[in-house]
Amino acid sequence: MAKIGVFVCHCGENIASKVDTGILVKSLSDHPGVEICQEYKYFCSDPGQETVKRAIREHNLTGVVVAACSPRMHETTFRKACAEAGLNPYMLELANIREQCSWVHSEKDQATSKAIEITRSLVEKVKRNNELKPISVPVTRRALVIGGGIAGIQAALDIAGAGREVVLVEREPSIGGHMSQLSETFPTLDCSQCILTPRMVEAIQHPKITVMTYSEVEEVDGYIGNFTVKIRTKARYVDMSKCTGCGDCIQKCPVKKISNEFELGLSNRTAIYTPFAQAVPNVPVIDKSRCTYFKNGKCKICEKSCQIDAIDFEQQESVETIEFGAIVVATGFQIQDTSVYGEYGYGKYKDVITGLHFERLASASGPTAGKIQRPSDGKEPETVVFIQCAGSRDPSKGVKYCSKICCMYTAKHAMLYAHKHHGSNSKIFYMDIRAAGKGYDEFTRRAIEEDEADYLRGRVSKVFEENGKLIVRGVDTLLGKPVEVAADMVVLATAMTPQPDAKQFAKRIGIGYDEYGFFNEAHLKLRPVETAKAGIYLCGACQSPKDIPDSVSQASAAAAKVLGLFSREQLEREPVVAAVGESTCAGCWGCVYACPYNAIEQKDIRDRNGNLVKQVASVNPGLCQGCGTCVTFCRSNSIDLAGFTEKQIFAEVMAL
Amino acid sequence: MSEPFEPKIVAFVCTYCTYAGADLAGTSRLKYAPNVRIVRLPCTGRISPMFILKALQKGADSVLVSGCHPGDCHFTAGNYHARRRWTVFRALLAFTGIPEERIRFSWVSAAEGAKFAEMINEITDETRKLGPFTQYQELQKVIETQSSY
Repeated sequence: MAKIGVFVCHCGENIASKVDTGILVKSLSDHPGVEICQEYKYFCSDPGQETVKRAIREHNLTGVVVAACSPRMHETTFRKACAEAGLNPYMLELANIREQCSWVHSEKDQATSKAIEITRSLVEKVKRNNELKPISVPVTRRALVIGGGIAGIQAALDIAGAGREVVLVEREPSIGGHMSQLSETFPTLDCSQCILTPRMVEAIQHPKITVMTYSEVEEVDGYIGNFTVKIRTKARYVDMSKCTGCGDCIQKCPVKKISNEFELGLSNRTAIYTPFAQAVPNVPVIDKSRCTYFKNGKCKICEKSCQIDAIDFEQQESVETIEFGAIVVATGFQIQDTSVYGEYGYGKYKDVITGLHFERLASASGPTAGKIQRPSDGKEPETVVFIQCAGSRDPSKGVKYCSKICCMYTAKHAMLYAHKHHGSNSKIFYMDIRAAGKGYDEFTRRAIEEDEADYLRGRVSKVFEENGKLIVRGVDTLLGKPVEVAADMVVLATAMTPQPDAKQFAKRIGIGYDEYGFFNEAHLKLRPVETAKAGIYLCGACQSPKDIPDSVSQASAAAAKVLGLFSREQLEREPVVAAVGESTCAGCWGCVYACPYNAIEQKDIRDRNGNLVKQVASVNPGLCQGCGTCVTFCRSNSIDLAGFTEKQIFAEVMAL
Repeated sequence: MSEPFEPKIVAFVCTYCTYAGADLAGTSRLKYAPNVRIVRLPCTGRISPMFILKALQKGADSVLVSGCHPGDCHFTAGNYHARRRWTVFRALLAFTGIPEERIRFSWVSAAEGAKFAEMINEITDETRKLGPFTQYQELQKVIETQSSY
């Protein structure tokens, strides 16, 4: 027999001025199942809570309804009070007679009768509440960081710095990401390599970090605290444990004319190669598709040149399965395929390049050792035209968003060009100059005022060749005139786009993505580094276009979230999860389809001889977030959501 | 009827958006018609058409279903399921004989306290015009008189 205690709070005058609490108490006292009904000025106060606790003990209450403010306000308070008095904290309901009654209605009798109905319906609900226990799940305190760019490195270092194990997975042969390709970085103009390489070395030498390069995450199973991840490592054909990185093999390799991906084709590499001189780990890989031995069965010059027998043509790719408690996704970005801008002649004219090419040209470790030279003939360009928003903010090209970094790096390019080539003449076509950030606006002003970058507000319609010059035809909207510039080189500030395989990757690990393929955060403003899948976090440009400072701060934020999770051995969760009644489940898998979290699996029911009787749905409470979509979907009413069961809700509705 | 008809509206709302929006209407002290009774659920995905029918059967004159805006669902996709379900259910309403105007479907975010208040006023007015929903009770009488066999 239910013994419900109803506690009507006055909230000072907040409730009592509009709801006649006396009538409310009297009406509820007569309600079947109500053992005791009391009113008080402030039930959330210490003496108020004591009253509730005393009543629970003295009357052996089986359920409590506090008619007061919103459950979003004080549910936790009263749950704690119930638990302290020995009543299961989930045998409590809050009747919201303040935010949704006394504060919004002016007629006292109407508000009172509404308050009575609200409270009565929750009494009916609480009668059908079940005792629930918070779900505890163990936490594997090891983190997986996917992507070895600056964001991934920062997240790995922060997590490892707090003493937790980290596995850093990078699909390229070296960590470093796009930042390792940059020359100088805005707004301080410090050399990218100089600030990045120490971090890369720190990461690989850190006792708590395992760096897995040339590897990809193949499969993610499990849930927060308990992920099982399959990582595939491609064969390098070089023994990582032996190689000293002396580079003899690279010197001797006879296949020398392979377009260098790291240099974006501005120089060549060999078949056995390290992507760049400062690669971490400094161990070469053999490009199987280009290696003479793999193609013809003859050569092995690298093997002969290696004095420590590190070359291993028999090496196989390997798959490792590792347990993790949390995953940080830092898979970065790509630059947009510029072929959508046929009118700018990219790919047709050698001297129309992207901003990233310019970075390589300006980089001291690049193919020209930092000299700005035309890719076509190696001459120093006299006039360079920079075209901003070559892709970004152009819905017709599929990129509606602002890539955020281009205004800054174009200003930087103009500066670097001016510093390296006196008498430089740079023209920049722009839509707006977006330079929000610490020291950013000052930086673009410097490019204009000190380094004489000529900013023209307008779009470029066409780039074409005439008498050995690239003619850039555009408009200066401030003058209201068409312009033509004869340039020696054209640099396109191409849009930042998601990795081409971002959507497949997101599906593989179970996180959301937007229309472009950038990964979705749980809440854009308030939970920017979490994903909707608990235990998986985001940082860097895989979430949205970002510069280095933003990527690094987000990486540290993601690390803080991971460390917060790892601060406990067990994870306690609200027990509002779905459960399946196996006896009636027909195995139609409608719930499996409905579940946004992949929390429902198929389970075999076997008899004592081990013969399969039937298959039913089974909810993994660690993955279930308690939305209840599956419950409504279930055709046989076999699945129900704790805390919001069919019985509870029907009772609530019927009492209204 | 001598007294003006006061309709009863049952609102099924999700706790993350519309319930929070209704709370905001409260904290902002916006005044709206006292005819609504709110049933809090974790997500609109949890709202079964059966709840709606039950509410109408038990004396509600209108039913409101409200949750997070598309794309904002705390549970990623619950509101999309609710929307799809509503589309199908709406087609079924004609069959059950329940006028479509008795049921409202809307998105109210946690920031839209004013929208919530306005919407409740609007539904109350509209329902008042529609008059009490009695089809079910009449049906009940028919069933009772025929229950001899």
